[in-house]
Amino acid sequence: MAESPILRLEDVRKSYNLGTPIQAEVLHGIDLTLATGEFAALIGPSGSGKSTLLHIIGLLERPTSGRILIAGEEISALDEAGMTVLRGRTLGFVFQFHHLLPEFTALENVMMPTLIDIGRYTRGMRERARWLLGKVGLGDAVDKRPTALSGGMQQRVAIARALAMNPPLVLADEPTGNLDSHTADEIFALMREFNREEGTAFLIVTHDPRLAVRCDRRVELMDGQIRLERSA
Amino acid sequence: MPFEWVLALRFLREGRMQTLLIMAGTTVGVAVIIFITALVSGLQVSLATRTLSTQAHVSVRAPDDHAEPALERGKTVVAAHLEPREQRLRSIDQWERVYRELPEVPHVVELSPLTTGSGFAFRGNASKSIALMGVIPERYDRIVKLADRLVAGAYRIGPGEALIGTELAKDLGAGVGDRIRILSSENRDDVFRVTGVFDLGVKDLNRRWVVMPLRSAQSLLDLAGGVTNIDLTVDDIFAAEEVAQRIQARTGLAAESWMAINAQLLTAFKNQNMTTRTVRAFLVLIVALGIASVLVVSVVQKQREIGILRAMGASPRRIMRVFLIQGGIVGGTGAVLGSGLAALMVYAASMALLQEDGSPLIEGGIEWSYYLVASATAVITGLLAAVAPARRAARMDPVEAIRYG
Ligand SMILES: Nc1ncnc2c1ncn2[C@@H]1O[C@H](COP(=O)(O)OP(=O)(O)OP(=O)(O)O)[C@@H](O)[C@H]1O
Ligand SMILES: [Mg+2]
Repeated sequence: MAESPILRLEDVRKSYNLGTPIQAEVLHGIDLTLATGEFAALIGPSGSGKSTLLHIIGLLERPTSGRILIAGEEISALDEAGMTVLRGRTLGFVFQFHHLLPEFTALENVMMPTLIDIGRYTRGMRERARWLLGKVGLGDAVDKRPTALSGGMQQRVAIARALAMNPPLVLADEPTGNLDSHTADEIFALMREFNREEGTAFLIVTHDPRLAVRCDRRVELMDGQIRLERSA
Repeated sequence: MPFEWVLALRFLREGRMQTLLIMAGTTVGVAVIIFITALVSGLQVSLATRTLSTQAHVSVRAPDDHAEPALERGKTVVAAHLEPREQRLRSIDQWERVYRELPEVPHVVELSPLTTGSGFAFRGNASKSIALMGVIPERYDRIVKLADRLVAGAYRIGPGEALIGTELAKDLGAGVGDRIRILSSENRDDVFRVTGVFDLGVKDLNRRWVVMPLRSAQSLLDLAGGVTNIDLTVDDIFAAEEVAQRIQARTGLAAESWMAINAQLLTAFKNQNMTTRTVRAFLVLIVALGIASVLVVSVVQKQREIGILRAMGASPRRIMRVFLIQGGIVGGTGAVLGSGLAALMVYAASMALLQEDGSPLIEGGIEWSYYLVASATAVITGLLAAVAPARRAARMDPVEAIRYG
């Protein structure tokens, strides 16, 4: 029997401003399956619903209808607290604007997801955070504040942070969106490396066709519907 | 350290100027609350103590004679108009029994039996209206410290000896060693040798009091073995009225506290207390608004961070706690620093504010209850002020924070 997919969406719909005159359906029935360890790009024009879909998969908002299974778990059965725990343990996030906490050092930022999960600092989480920062090439910058780092370095910290809990799935919304093409390549390579070495599945929203073609699979969204799926 | 505390402390530390200012504000608020409380109650105690240096905390005497309706037919009172009867000089019924019983009343410390009445003092051609004060010297000394008030002579009241006030001494032209004749309202008389002259700081008492042995007063006033009053002190002077009422209920005698006698002073105290309460309430309000506004600004500034923390698995409840803790820390820090500042201010005031005799007007020591109450108030105020910002932080939609933050 095949391993259960890390993500499975069935007829997911999302409407905003439900029951008001400006009601609008943004996602019109999305079916999507992501296998464990898959490295996929989510592409599509601006306003097609990529971020919305990513937020719904990220359990940051609920769909209007449809089924979502993450790591085999049906999320409509979960309450707010259950979703919070599932999100913390199963999902990592990387956003276009890094969203690091400026009050904390690079190391502390990387430890944050584990601190939230365990509730207090432990030696183990410190060691893993150091190791992750070493992996992203920031072994010398562990005690630096985000403001003392370049945009590319900040995004590396964000990637290390997304992997702190060793989640099976990382969601990235235009992670290279405001980086120059050389730095973007490096960040992309880094995610690819974690995907290969740790078996972490990635779903990456990108506008950059050069990067999209280097993914295992491309899912193209158009007007809230999946238009094309291409595997490499 | 728990996640919530790690965040709360870091947010405060990195808030630098905002944090410093609001902590300073809270500190000053706590210090001023403690200081005005200590100052006002110190002044009141000092005023009350001065008043009480010449009077008992509670004085017990025989109940007043009540005029009663002469005739009553059915429910119609015939003699509706009642004249208060003239008060006779009356001793306390079985006073020794009462005297033994009084120490059982809570707060009562010292007791002294007293026989008082009115009369005249004569020397040469001079005659003055006086008040006879028959006392047991060792006992009475514990109620009114006459020994400390002597300007001449010694605190010695043996048989045939008496102390008089400075005004009476002047009026009669009498000094220590001189003899004066006392004629009582019961038309009995006796001669006393003046052994001391006192100054109680109250002209009327200096003019009228003649302090003599209890037995002399009893025979002059024709009250053999009887006493007219039992004066007493209590351990908490502001409990005096309560003690008086308890004694009245228990013994059926009349008991009057210094608080009832000095009603005006007590009214002034009450007004002062209301003023300090108002000032305190406003200080608490200002501190609360200060803390709340700083935290609201902080929540708005940290929208994005709160959103990402939510995305990383922090529940709204925990986000809320992060901000509540910040309010509590600000209040707690203000409590500690404010208490220290208040102790310094109280000490400085005790050194600077002196009475005429050079003794401090207020005590420099630490009255722990003020510090504890003010500190608890500060922490609770901090927590309550943080409730609205904390709820706002908890309600923040992570998607909005991430999308538009
Ligand atoms: N809270 C909201 N209320 C109403 N409409 C919304 C809301 N959020 C998003 N939308 C709409 O949903 C549509 C999809 O938005 P979304 O951000 O998912 O697109 P996107 O594919 O990520 O675009 P981009 O490439 O520009 O980031 C847009 O038309 C947007 O205006
Ligand atoms: Mg988007």
